[in-house]
Amino acid sequence: MKITEMSLRQLTGALADGQISAVEAARAYLDAVHEKEPQVGAYITVTEEAALAAAGQVDKARAAGEALHPLAGVPCGIKDNICTKGVATTCASRMLENFLPPYDAAVMEKLNAAGTVMLGKMNMDEFAMGGATETSYFHTTHNPRDLSRAPGGSSGGSAAAVAAGEAAFTLGSDTGGSIRQPAAFCGVVGMKPTYGLVSRYGLIAFASSLDQIGPLTRDVYSNAMVLNALVGQDKRDATSLECPMKDFTQGIEEGVKGMRFALPKEYFAQGLDPQIKAAVEAAAKKLESLGARVDEVSLPDLDAALPAYYVISSAEASSNLARFDGVKYGFRAKNFTDVESLYRETRSQGFGAEVKRRIMLGSFVLSAGYYDAYYKKALQVRTLLKQRFDKIFEDHDAILAPVAPTTAYPLGQKAQNPVEVYMGDVYTVPVNIAGLPALSLPCGKDSNGLPIGMQMIGKPFGEAALYRAGYAFEQNGGALV
Amino acid sequence: MNKDFEMVIGLEVHAELKTATKIFCGCSTKFGAEPNTQCCPVCTGMPGSLPVLNLQVVDYAVKAGLATNCTIASFSKEDRKNYFYPDLPKAYQISQFDLPLCSHGWLDVETEAGSKRIGITRIHIEEDAGKLVHVEGHGTLIDCNRCGVPLIEIVSEPDIRSAEEAKAYLQKLRAILLYTGVSDCRMNEGSLRCDVNLSVRKKGSDKLGTRTEMKNLNSFAYVVKAIEYEFNRQVAVIEAGDAVVQETRRFDPATGKTSSMRSKEDADDYRYFPDPDLPPICISEEKRQELASQIPTLPDERKALYQEKYGLSALAAEFLVMRKEIADYFEAAATLTKYPLIAANLVNSEIARLTPEEGTVPVAPAHLARLADLSGEGKLNSSMCKEVLSILFKEDQDPDALIAKGGFEQVSDEDLLRSMAKEVVASSEKILADYRSGNKKAFQALVGQMMKRTKGKGNPALIQKLLKEEIGE
Repeated sequence: MKITEMSLRQLTGALADGQISAVEAARAYLDAVHEKEPQVGAYITVTEEAALAAAGQVDKARAAGEALHPLAGVPCGIKDNICTKGVATTCASRMLENFLPPYDAAVMEKLNAAGTVMLGKMNMDEFAMGGATETSYFHTTHNPRDLSRAPGGSSGGSAAAVAAGEAAFTLGSDTGGSIRQPAAFCGVVGMKPTYGLVSRYGLIAFASSLDQIGPLTRDVYSNAMVLNALVGQDKRDATSLECPMKDFTQGIEEGVKGMRFALPKEYFAQGLDPQIKAAVEAAAKKLESLGARVDEVSLPDLDAALPAYYVISSAEASSNLARFDGVKYGFRAKNFTDVESLYRETRSQGFGAEVKRRIMLGSFVLSAGYYDAYYKKALQVRTLLKQRFDKIFEDHDAILAPVAPTTAYPLGQKAQNPVEVYMGDVYTVPVNIAGLPALSLPCGKDSNGLPIGMQMIGKPFGEAALYRAGYAFEQNGGALV
Repeated sequence: MNKDFEMVIGLEVHAELKTATKIFCGCSTKFGAEPNTQCCPVCTGMPGSLPVLNLQVVDYAVKAGLATNCTIASFSKEDRKNYFYPDLPKAYQISQFDLPLCSHGWLDVETEAGSKRIGITRIHIEEDAGKLVHVEGHGTLIDCNRCGVPLIEIVSEPDIRSAEEAKAYLQKLRAILLYTGVSDCRMNEGSLRCDVNLSVRKKGSDKLGTRTEMKNLNSFAYVVKAIEYEFNRQVAVIEAGDAVVQETRRFDPATGKTSSMRSKEDADDYRYFPDPDLPPICISEEKRQELASQIPTLPDERKALYQEKYGLSALAAEFLVMRKEIADYFEAAATLTKYPLIAANLVNSEIARLTPEEGTVPVAPAHLARLADLSGEGKLNSSMCKEVLSILFKEDQDPDALIAKGGFEQVSDEDLLRSMAKEVVASSEKILADYRSGNKKAFQALVGQMMKRTKGKGNPALIQKLLKEEIGE
């Protein structure tokens, strides 16, 4: 079996047994990167030398008989909005083209301590704003399932690299679907954890109350293995929480017998591709056949989630991105005459159109006289939606829903129509608004052979149940990709 | 000062809290370090960094609130105040908007005009900004050491009607913050700064006029000068038939004048919203009580005690309690003397003046008490007390021994003094004529001549008696 085709369980087993070395694993993946990057374009930065050096360290430690983390020597890719000390972290923006963070994000400290081998930084929509990785300042990423199509976004590079075998796993971030939707488009598994489960320290903020880091992998078990390495309360992130689970792979094989799933009809309303509807319903039947109970339920006010999301996320973004002003780090325009024009020129030239659109939207909804009508209203919707979800979780373990209304669309198709791209987030944003965990996994293919994604939405800290259900589905013929 | 108008003043005071570390990170707050040596990714707003609230900041702010009779919010939150300025690395300041930690407080001030209660609208916590340093040949540089130093902002009601009241309010507030130990209140280091909001109106009117704001005044004297100048300026504007413009004005200490900085039209819309990085602040009743139990005896309690127990005037007592170390000293001396009132006067007139800010009094309380006794018993007059004290300040020693060494005993030799009095009266025809024509103050000039002849050591009571006899009263 080719190294780049192994699941994480197989790869970590082979590394632990000494069947392959970390350097061999890194080399295999770097070869794949060299081979496929010209077509796929998943990476912004490839850190080949550092990767081989890190892999060498792992092999040395293993040879010395040191106790190693299960993920030691596993080659991975990191979304380019996660700070990596001394390695350019650009957010796919001209604004941070040459930004070298002086510190590692909390998740990088954890991964580095575990001995994973970073191959490089992944392409994304600029500052994670977009749904096709087309707003990247650097280049377009192509969907490995069909190179003429978008990989989804904003973690498009992370999803494409996993689908193309250019990394054993990647990290993405999910503010309104940015892990789940590209996972669905590329036919891989992506987890958006409960808000607070993974430290945001070092994640360059888009919308602080919604952002979460999570793993993308080729299969469910691998995903649980990676999440194990990311969780834990971090005293540097006041919103991070203690993780109640020690090991998400524990009990993952126990099956779905007795589990109760909810199928809210609002997730299957107009605008959803009928093939996706059919695939998710078929998945529900499959889970029923495996012993689960599936109830059709109602989740009122779900349609309010999308506008509330765009108000809240843009408001927070307008503030979070204000620090990129050309004063202290990052891009600085040359043609300025005073402080005012330094700001204006730097921000005009440093940000792309989509980022500017969100900053203007966010500044507007927070401005005097409009706050109550927009921002405050959106917070009320947020509270309401949490209650709606809570109600369903009173007698269900998880919710089944489509990830996106369409499968991967051709590159360039929606670039000129931002509202259409926003509409594509309609099924993913409610999870962020409510702070819930959700697993995105493949559940079929459409008539073009493109992957269809399904999401399992869980209770707060209900990741283990999602992995268990996802694993059962995948192992019983669910993974058609 | 125009007597037809009155001024309406509200003060916003920023006080740096005395925490060892900053409000959202572990960097030191120490003043005066080399530029940019006390900062980290968090306080310099590096991408991806996150704030975590220093709980000591909340404790201090709550103490300040409790000491100024505020209601403490059981639920409070932090908000972002968004604006661009190079000394603000995140381009927003974390502050508190609609739910401050403390509100609805007050404090009492004492002026020549009497006692007055000034309302405190709110006290909230926030982070300080950095400092811009203009260096010849290098343009403007940024020092981030002050970024994230914790502040409380104390906002008064517009209850203040004179520069004296404003000064008294600031002094009282400063005393309270020092007593509670929440701030050093070092104005020269900028750890206490004051913004003045001032408007004027015709006396008797209950309508507020258009106000102007003068920012970052860092001495009480500047506050007084700025208020006086701005009052006269606004009155002149109105009397000329013009309208006062709502604006921020800069006070220039060199000229004593204020000048326009920016008008309200240019004012930022700060787009406040709750900071999503920081959970709400919840203060339980137990926590509130625990902090309340740590509040020491406050200036007003001491003031009332001194008035009642020692018969001090309100003003004298207020002055005495303004500095905790001075009040502590007085209390120690007062228990050792039969004449605490004299001790209080000596402390207010000499000790407070000679003791540097935050310094300790170098004279043992027992020594001051002994001087008060000697004075009370008529053995030392006040100028001799002052002289002895100035020596004790240089080198503290037993006052009896010092006096015994000579030169300090009061001159009470009646024969000697009478012959001097005769000479003084004989050689002061003009003063005597003045005195006899009704100017009773002229008598003091005669006393002064006697004191000069006795080198300040004459017994004042005896001198007065003998002079009157010689004049023939």
